[in-house]
Amino acid sequence: MKPLAQLYVQQFKTTLAMMFQYRASLLIWTIGQVLEPLVYLIVWSVVANSSGGSIGDYTTADFAAYFIVLMLVNQVTYTWIMYEFEHRVREGILSVALLKPVHPIHSDIADNISSKIITLPIMIAIAIIFSFAFHASVAPPPWAILVFIPVLLLAFLVRFVLEWTLAQAAFWMTRVSAINQSYFVAFLFLSGQIAPLTILPHPVQILSLLLPFRWLINFPVELLLGRLTMIETLIGLGAQCGWLIVSIILLRIVWRAGVKVYTAVGA
Amino acid sequence: MAYAIHVRDLSKFYVVNQQETGTKAAFQSLVHRRKAEVRAVDGISFDIEPGEIVGFLGPNGAGKTTTLKMLSGLLHPTSGELNVLGYVPSKREAVFLRQITLVMGQRNQLVWDIPAGLTFELNQAIYRIPRDSYRSMVTELTELLDLGSLLKRPVRNLSLGERMKCEIAAALLHRPGVVFLDEPTIGLDVTMQQRIRTFIAEYNRRFGATVLLTSHYMADVAALCKRVLVIHHGKLLFDGELSGLLQQFTSHKTIIIQLDNSTANLNDYGEVESCEDGRYTLRVPKAETARVTERLLAELPVIDLLVEDPPIEEVIARVFAQEEK
Repeated sequence: MKPLAQLYVQQFKTTLAMMFQYRASLLIWTIGQVLEPLVYLIVWSVVANSSGGSIGDYTTADFAAYFIVLMLVNQVTYTWIMYEFEHRVREGILSVALLKPVHPIHSDIADNISSKIITLPIMIAIAIIFSFAFHASVAPPPWAILVFIPVLLLAFLVRFVLEWTLAQAAFWMTRVSAINQSYFVAFLFLSGQIAPLTILPHPVQILSLLLPFRWLINFPVELLLGRLTMIETLIGLGAQCGWLIVSIILLRIVWRAGVKVYTAVGA
Repeated sequence: MAYAIHVRDLSKFYVVNQQETGTKAAFQSLVHRRKAEVRAVDGISFDIEPGEIVGFLGPNGAGKTTTLKMLSGLLHPTSGELNVLGYVPSKREAVFLRQITLVMGQRNQLVWDIPAGLTFELNQAIYRIPRDSYRSMVTELTELLDLGSLLKRPVRNLSLGERMKCEIAAALLHRPGVVFLDEPTIGLDVTMQQRIRTFIAEYNRRFGATVLLTSHYMADVAALCKRVLVIHHGKLLFDGELSGLLQQFTSHKTIIIQLDNSTANLNDYGEVESCEDGRYTLRVPKAETARVTERLLAELPVIDLLVEDPPIEEVIARVFAQEEK
């Protein structure tokens, strides 16, 4: 475990150095991360106001709280691997990684965590400012705050492993943007990114229970908002653990098959 | 296990889609794709002893890179037996990967925007190199490759040659016992080529590493490798000493003479390849070299005379040309 820890530390240094080289693009990414939930926040606040101050069980202030917490949860859990993998396969960059005696996912996880560590304080600051600006208040019970941390970590891991697995479609297809696009649309609706799931039509809610997306965004958000009972939280944790196991198994199968294809047709 | 590298009947065939140009063909390819088999490597065998430096020669597309990729585990062979340091490369076991390296002249492992030194440290963690041996290796490589302050500059600010030196150093930090070099000097100027060559020889000497290198530049091979493998269309045409290659494939020698008057008809003596200001280049069958030289000296006002083997490039070109026929 120690060598792996050293790898993570070293990757952190590398990522840090790279991020300081790409300050402008870092800023643009951060703005994007902030803008999307901000747009939904404003849209839903306007809609809620015009329909008497609330929609379903969400008041205007609740919407604000929902999207501000969502912004943070999304920041912690998002990955960019699906944009990158195709390029790695097509340009043969993956070959360099395959020559190394370590599974390439470690560098990616370490890189992801590193850049999150750097950007998270900025996001928290923005979240605090927004909370004042939109009169959002969050008052979860203490146990929910405690459980939120492992829930957030699990959400990160599941999303990472899942998207890393999907990214490997690039082994079989030369252009994966169609797959990426479908995934992002499904994610947007079924994770609760576009609206709290409880205000969406019933069939969508049922579907969201069966798919992994909800457990990666909506579940941690509602937990921190204090909207979940202990039983609901336990169910959510169970779903996260289940999806973690499923996604790790999938990753191993797909990776093995993908590398075989890659090494068969020309690395 | 006496050999560092053992290869028997190694083959790699690719199936590629073929598409005619034109709109009609494009639509047809939606439904039906014509496939063709490409035999990149076609049943080659060789063994390499530990500590040997072997040159791998062949024109573009001969199968050199494909072979190197199979040897380093990046490509699965279609058939044949392959063993490097007792491992089957395609299994890509960590313990195997820690003992080899593959430097590709046109593919980089250094991160473009940060100093090479940081990539070195990342490699230290990836290969689990103990701190002391990492430090001494960096010192040694810095001295041998004259890296100096290069490691502190962002890679994008380095020249091609400087970057290649850093690439090579990054690939050798873990002291691999087997080194595969694919066109390590491509695009570099003569001085830098020489520098890299000297370094490879020195690395081989110091660490007893086995080196297999491909190069377009014959000078690389001539300077470094006693033994060469010549590959063409995926088949091994020659395996032996460089001098043997000349022996086997040259039926002619080149005689260069300088005459004191500038006109003479030398067609009787051999095939005139060039003539300029009384300086003639003749191509004569190897067996007749001595006789022709004697005649030239006796019959013509010769100021200077030189007998040479044709340049290796020419020999190789001729070997490949013969194969085409």
